[in-house]
Amino acid sequence: MLVYLLKRIAIGLATLLVASAVVFSVLEIIPGDPALLMLGMNAEPDTLAALREQMGLNQPVFLRYLDWVSGLAVGDFGTSYTYSSPVLELIGERVMVSLPLALISLFLSTVIALPVGIFAAARRGKPADTITMGAAQVGVAIPNFWFALLLIYLFAVWLRLVPAGGFPGWDAGIWAGLKALILPAIALALPQAAILARVTRSAMLEVLGEDYIRTARAKGMPRRIVLWHHALRNALIPVLTILGLQFAFLLAGTIIIENVFYLPGLGRLVFQAITQRDLIVVEGVVMLLVATVIIVNILVDIGYAIVDPRLRTRR
Amino acid sequence: MKTIKSIIGGAALLLAAGTAAFAARTDLVIGVVLEPPHLDPTASAAAAIDEILYANLFQGLTRIGRNGEVLPALAESWTVSDDGKVYTFNLRSGVTFHDGTAFDAEDVKFTLDRARADDSTNAQKQLFAAIDTVEVVDPATVKVTLKSPQGSFLYNLGWGDAVMVAPETADGNKEKPVGTGPFKFGNWAKGSSITLVKNPDYWGEPVALEKAEFRVVPDAAAAIPALLSGDVQAFPQMPAGDALIQIESDPRFVVAIGATEGETILSTNNGKEPFNDIRVRQAIAHALNREDIIAGNGSGYGTPIGSHFSPANEAYVDLTETYAYDPAKAKELLAEAGYPAGFKATLKLPPPAYARDGGQIVASQLRQVGIDLEIIPVEWAQWLEQVFKNKDYDLTIISHTEPNDINIYARDDYYFDYNNPAFKEVMNTLEATADPARRVELYKTAQKIIAEDAVNGFLFQLPKIGVWDAKLEGMWENSPIQANDLTDVKWAD
Repeated sequence: MLVYLLKRIAIGLATLLVASAVVFSVLEIIPGDPALLMLGMNAEPDTLAALREQMGLNQPVFLRYLDWVSGLAVGDFGTSYTYSSPVLELIGERVMVSLPLALISLFLSTVIALPVGIFAAARRGKPADTITMGAAQVGVAIPNFWFALLLIYLFAVWLRLVPAGGFPGWDAGIWAGLKALILPAIALALPQAAILARVTRSAMLEVLGEDYIRTARAKGMPRRIVLWHHALRNALIPVLTILGLQFAFLLAGTIIIENVFYLPGLGRLVFQAITQRDLIVVEGVVMLLVATVIIVNILVDIGYAIVDPRLRTRR
Repeated sequence: MKTIKSIIGGAALLLAAGTAAFAARTDLVIGVVLEPPHLDPTASAAAAIDEILYANLFQGLTRIGRNGEVLPALAESWTVSDDGKVYTFNLRSGVTFHDGTAFDAEDVKFTLDRARADDSTNAQKQLFAAIDTVEVVDPATVKVTLKSPQGSFLYNLGWGDAVMVAPETADGNKEKPVGTGPFKFGNWAKGSSITLVKNPDYWGEPVALEKAEFRVVPDAAAAIPALLSGDVQAFPQMPAGDALIQIESDPRFVVAIGATEGETILSTNNGKEPFNDIRVRQAIAHALNREDIIAGNGSGYGTPIGSHFSPANEAYVDLTETYAYDPAKAKELLAEAGYPAGFKATLKLPPPAYARDGGQIVASQLRQVGIDLEIIPVEWAQWLEQVFKNKDYDLTIISHTEPNDINIYARDDYYFDYNNPAFKEVMNTLEATADPARRVELYKTAQKIIAEDAVNGFLFQLPKIGVWDAKLEGMWENSPIQANDLTDVKWAD
């Protein structure tokens, strides 16, 4: 297992290096001059030249790439063109919003999806199954920004229980921060829960058809214990895979929800950075996401091994 | 137990904040669509910076008032030599920067020299191009000598790009701005909000607000609930065009339709065939129906313009009838120019709604006279690179938001590629003229020349759609300069 893990980490690092080259060259190709964008339509040519020099844009591409990668290796992500503050600091501030948001919605979606999926699987073909899976279908189909607006009108405009958007910062207190995150977390969690519930149900159904389940039932084990103990554990592998994917999405793929709630999250940072050609920020965030996906995948693999002891020795 | 405690604590805090707000309201949350990239107005063209800091935190020697007039600010008064070349400014006494250091003539010299230096990154460097020398006469007097007389010099000094900064703090202004205004910097929660707080040591009339928070609300769909829930109390420039009607009928809010300095035009590549033929440009002008373009443009507000000039300006002439809407005439002109069957061209549209929505209407109007436009949506960076820098375009729609910027038509190699010696002559005379009445005349002539040359399709003046709480007083209705001046803003009791 340990050798396997080390191998995974080595592959992960190689992937990061390849990703850095791809990300950097793709962003070099897209048109748009960050200096021109900052100085606008009245800028004099010598002003532009001065700013480009200040931003270090006059160096050859290859040198800038080396500069950047060697910086990354020691944890220096560079300085944002537009914000003129360290990229790592910018990302850090945004992660303080995006990470809790992702974790809360992941928690919500799991707490909703697992029982629903198991429940539906246990009552396969019965009305309860049809109804819950129908509801899940609706959950998958509802656009999350629309659902978010419904939530805002209900809980913020009408009931005034929570703010309509924005994030006061954790300095304002944990409770104030959580209050700002709860609606977006629900809006994000619902469609994820719907998908997860469907995956859980089909994974459970597959396992429930296995011989050992019949054997367990035949030797007189209560239905509930068979379901939760024997079946669920074996059905968890596809569920874990989906959870891993969802986490990566929730961390940065939430730009629409962040816009609707005007949350200062990672998605908004990337979006803003792309439109302003703040390339170094885009590169930094993308690298962070690549790293996150790699780490989550490794964690999911470890999760497999915990769930299924056979996987611990096989590799 | 700990969590319960913090929950109770948080709730108590909320309650306290609530009651304080009811007692005497001195805080204000203002919604803005774009977050500024940094907080130094002297180092970026981003309007978002000026819209938060101009007149609130930073001040110049002069300032632009509510109706676009030039008013004294850090310069209490000034004298101009007879030849119009030497300006002597008498500085206000007792002014300090927010870091406690005194503001004096040395700071003025530093600011102006910094802005026009070789390595300056000031986005409007041309504002200072006329300056020859800046001399410190004594701590309260500065003498600025110009290379040649410049009629707009005092106006130029009122721009956000010309605000006074201190040598000790200028480099840090991007993150932690230090100025002389009635508000000082509080805090910037990146991506979220920028908070200004009252400056207790302000030299002038103290402001009524203790705290002004500019909250970034980028999404139109989010702006309405933010307003309805009371989270945000004012949007000086409301992003939600078609949802406006919902707010207009609500007595809790005021909807103020004002004017901006944004001339929205169908910019035309005058150097490229077939647009280098004046008849083709006239045909385009005749084919445009401004009323329909305005009506189809989100909010439905906007004033038609016939030249590149703001209707709010005293020198404005209504030239919308120069080439009145007349599709038949347009077809005739096209035939005369050698395009009886019309032609194909491209229309590049940047992201704002006025361009993307307005562009559809413009394209359909031009199609009716035989000009077949291919619409190409571009983002800002692309627009600047392709259209503005490389002139790689036929037609585009853009709002020129800089105040009083008709002089761009005199620029060599500007992206319109327009070249008319007669117009340049008028601009040169204007530069050298200080007499207000004469300047008005020259501005009128200039407007007529570019209207008759049909340089661009002149569409409409971009409206400023402000929405705020009905109990809020003193907000600016127009924006003669990119700013949200909060000096006179207060809550009615």
